[in-house]
Amino acid sequence: MGIKLKALTRSPWVYHLSTGSCNNCDIEILDCLTPRYDLERFGIVLVGSPRHADALLVTGNMTAKNIPRVKKVYEQMPKPGVVIAVGTCALGHGVFNGSYVMPHTVDEILPVDIYIPGCPMKPEAFIAGVAKLLAVLRQKA
Amino acid sequence: MNAYLAYLVFPGFLFTAAAGMLASWIDRKLTARVQWRVGPPLLQPLYDFVKLLGKETIVPKGSSKITFLLAPVLGLVGVTFVSTMVWSAMLWPEGGFTGDLIVVLYFLMVPSLAVILGAFASKNRLASLGASREMKLMLADELPFLLAVLVVIIQSGGSLKLGQLMTYQQSYGMILGSVSGVLAVVVAVLTMQAKLTLVPFDIPEAETEIMGGVFVEYSGPPLAVFKLTRMMMLITMPAVLTLLFLGGVKFEGWHILWSLLKFFVLLLLITLIRNTSPRVRIDQAVRFFWGPVTVIGIVAVVLALLGF
Repeated sequence: MGIKLKALTRSPWVYHLSTGSCNNCDIEILDCLTPRYDLERFGIVLVGSPRHADALLVTGNMTAKNIPRVKKVYEQMPKPGVVIAVGTCALGHGVFNGSYVMPHTVDEILPVDIYIPGCPMKPEAFIAGVAKLLAVLRQKA
Repeated sequence: MNAYLAYLVFPGFLFTAAAGMLASWIDRKLTARVQWRVGPPLLQPLYDFVKLLGKETIVPKGSSKITFLLAPVLGLVGVTFVSTMVWSAMLWPEGGFTGDLIVVLYFLMVPSLAVILGAFASKNRLASLGASREMKLMLADELPFLLAVLVVIIQSGGSLKLGQLMTYQQSYGMILGSVSGVLAVVVAVLTMQAKLTLVPFDIPEAETEIMGGVFVEYSGPPLAVFKLTRMMMLITMPAVLTLLFLGGVKFEGWHILWSLLKFFVLLLLITLIRNTSPRVRIDQAVRFFWGPVTVIGIVAVVLALLGF
């Protein structure tokens, strides 16, 4: 397990999954790849297929319709992999709390490794969160 | 024993893999600097490769399993053969056999064929779409590339041996020095971009429309092998072009720097083209290669026959 996890912390490829977000978090995530923040320094790349992914980046409310699809995408991700929940909506339901179309939060469906709050989260917060996650993984390896 | 060593270690698999990873890093770093970013660390391609080796391999349901898993290996074998023959010809020009140029041209197609095989075997409609595009791209770029190679053969007096092509250029000046040679190099650089399936000809992968296209179902070690094949192609194509048009390499004194400069310029050209152009559609790509590029190629061949 050691070297696998260690290599994973050096090049986590991220698959971006929106489960019914308002798009604001998604824009902030793309912000992290711009010259100002440049996540490729850490080897983080956005990929188009869950098969290539090491990290599932979940944003949004997790509407009832999306639950089976989210499960499917998680199963399509080859293990070992991590799940990152981003934004207030993904952590709890934010202002949509109590809505009948959102019975579950993300961590009731998927094994979330790290929560990054904010509505939307700041790119700095995202980078700090991912750095902490990578440090924990490196210790585990 | 020596032949095995040549194919597996130097100048074959291990050497090309290391050089390819370095080339891939240069490509990514230059891209980052062009976009005013910092870019990945030096060992990033190695990290990516090791990480993918440690991941789970998922074989999609209903796919043809053996073809799906063997296709990456086929591509790797193809690029290893090309690299070994080209580097051997550059380092020991007396070796080789008559017609090894033709063998190299055939093996250059093998990585693309492997991608097509693997994509069709994966039973994914996006991958099939990507594979059909890759096939059209191959048909499109093969004709102008062969015309460009024909210029070299004509100029060096009908030689089909890689070593002889290089020794000819080292005694009579590189092919690039003539009018037909310049046209041939333009054609060859454009087709190289298509053979590497980099922007503007990354139509088979097209991340924003078909999600990585041909590689969409690949994960873990098979994907790692495909990525390694791509990295090795990134250094092997410049090697082929250096040998055919730029007079090959020479490892004595100042010639070492001059030889490295040839590779670096070709790599820089690839990266800059890839960073300054948008992706074209497949019909535009085929029209481009069979139209203007082929015409330039034919003009170059005619000029070469007339002795320019």
